[in-house]
Amino acid sequence: MGDPIATMGGRTTTRPADRERLKRQLGLDKPIIVQYVYWLIGNDWTKIDLDGDGVAETAGQRHGILRGDFGYSLVNRGKPVLDVIGERLPNTLILMLAAEFVIILGSLLVGVYSALHQYSFTDHFITTLSFIGYSMPIFFIALLSMYIFAVLFKRWGLPYLPTVGMFDPQIGKTTGQVLLHMILPVFSISAISLAAYSRYIRSTMLEVMNQDYIRTAKAKGLPRRQIIFIHALKNASLPIVTVIGLDLPLLLGGAVVTERIFAWPGMGRLFLDHVERADLPVVMGILMLISVAVVVFQILTDIIYAWLDPRIRYH
Amino acid sequence: MSTDITTNLLIDDLEAPPLTLQELAWRRFTRHKMAMLGGIFLILLILYSFGGSLFVDEKYANLTNPPIRLSAPSIQHPFGTDTVGRDVLARTIYGGQISMIIGILAVLIETSLGILIGAIAGYYGGKIDSLLMRFTEAMLNIPEIFLLIVMAKFFGNKIPNLTLFGRTFSGSVVVIVVIIGLTSWMYLARIVRAEFLSIKENDFILAAKATGTSNAEIIIRHILPNSIAPIIVSATLGVANAILSEAYISFLGLGVQPPTATWGNMLDGANNYIESAPWLWFFPGFLILLTVLSINFLGDGLRDALDPHSRAV
Repeated sequence: MGDPIATMGGRTTTRPADRERLKRQLGLDKPIIVQYVYWLIGNDWTKIDLDGDGVAETAGQRHGILRGDFGYSLVNRGKPVLDVIGERLPNTLILMLAAEFVIILGSLLVGVYSALHQYSFTDHFITTLSFIGYSMPIFFIALLSMYIFAVLFKRWGLPYLPTVGMFDPQIGKTTGQVLLHMILPVFSISAISLAAYSRYIRSTMLEVMNQDYIRTAKAKGLPRRQIIFIHALKNASLPIVTVIGLDLPLLLGGAVVTERIFAWPGMGRLFLDHVERADLPVVMGILMLISVAVVVFQILTDIIYAWLDPRIRYH
Repeated sequence: MSTDITTNLLIDDLEAPPLTLQELAWRRFTRHKMAMLGGIFLILLILYSFGGSLFVDEKYANLTNPPIRLSAPSIQHPFGTDTVGRDVLARTIYGGQISMIIGILAVLIETSLGILIGAIAGYYGGKIDSLLMRFTEAMLNIPEIFLLIVMAKFFGNKIPNLTLFGRTFSGSVVVIVVIIGLTSWMYLARIVRAEFLSIKENDFILAAKATGTSNAEIIIRHILPNSIAPIIVSATLGVANAILSEAYISFLGLGVQPPTATWGNMLDGANNYIESAPWLWFFPGFLILLTVLSINFLGDGLRDALDPHSRAV
């Protein structure tokens, strides 16, 4: 995993004595299981041996992750991990929420349309397209869209989109700039998930459209629009809630590659940068946050699903 | 006269032996146009990367030639050259081999682990089942790409280069195969467990137990062959996912290390040349897309052919 001490030392060579002291301070001299216990519940209940004479004399400082202490970053020395992550989290969130919005809206439109026009030319076209989207590596669509909308558009004298970063440093971080820089990453992320979602919506919609209550609604002469949007879509969207609930937290991490390509200062890039420099507290902190987010969202999804669908009862 | 022919035909039809399960499956498969197309493309891609090595030498693929770095596609270099002057066409040929081999080997690990854990959990049930399934869920809670990055960083550069069949492979190939296998077995384990849960309730299992067949034999000889269809489908689609995973991790520079080429590591750093050298990322990226797409179509057709009832979408 690299050498945390080398990371802390920076560019200058650390003196061997200092390295030893640092090692003991960080607890790296301890076996891995003890390090894990310290990370989990802290070491303020015991004493650590700072000067290396075999006598533990200094009280430990850490509280452990179970008590909310994520530790301190090794790269940004002395900065709490939560602050480091907190700086980047909003950037990832705006990217992800915008993408999720586009995905839900787009896949509802596409999915419902192709379910209602089953086996038409458009349906086949959309199905093939969604297969391509589903197989598309995200870096390929990102690079391709950058090439078309930034490079080729610029060459053709058309208005072109910015490719990297979150804003133009010469203009500053204005809302317009951030929105403009968001277009390509959001497009790349949503194009891929949109494919899978719309296939899913198409199939649930097809299932619902064959139900007896839809036939009843048709038989009593309700307008088509009302049948589709009130009777069918409402019931078809139930299973979709599950998919969204389970996917949302994964989007937090799913953007590692996208953020790298578009140089977006989010959590995915933070993770990559700090993995490369063996900044374990930050890496562990991010993994912990994402896992907790996944579990919390799973519970929320279960609760919302039971609330939306009265047929489901937990015993 | 015409009635004769119809009766003859009818008799022929009646006398023809009934189709076996395999023949039925094959017929369903060949009727799936996209799956056939996927299969043909996949064969072409395999011919491209494995047959291509008859025409191009690996030394040539790894030969650096800085004076001609980043030259655009031409007759000598149909796909152009990369940042150190290597021929991109030759590298896509050898990269394709490694990418496909990684995909297949990783799926072997994934499938073995998935079957092992799913079968034990599903067959024995109870505490073992809960324990294994909670572990599976815990693994699923961390997005795969994060696990891959951490493990690639942790195990990377620890295995020396190996020489097989007179060719030298970067040790990182082994690392990537193992970590992709270790991080992708969870869905398969769940599928296998569900199959085992339902199949073990059948009377023929009861009969096998009554005649004193051992648990291991029941699992391997009686239940596993009956749950092979979803495993084949999942393994086929798994190859596509493994190729994608390799591409992602190599794209981030943590995967297979040069000079061994893969489609993924050819893309590493290519995003700095979007404007000046689009051929750097276009050809490997397009080949990855084509391979993954073909495998997905093939897997879809296999699902329809082998397992017609389980169609989810």
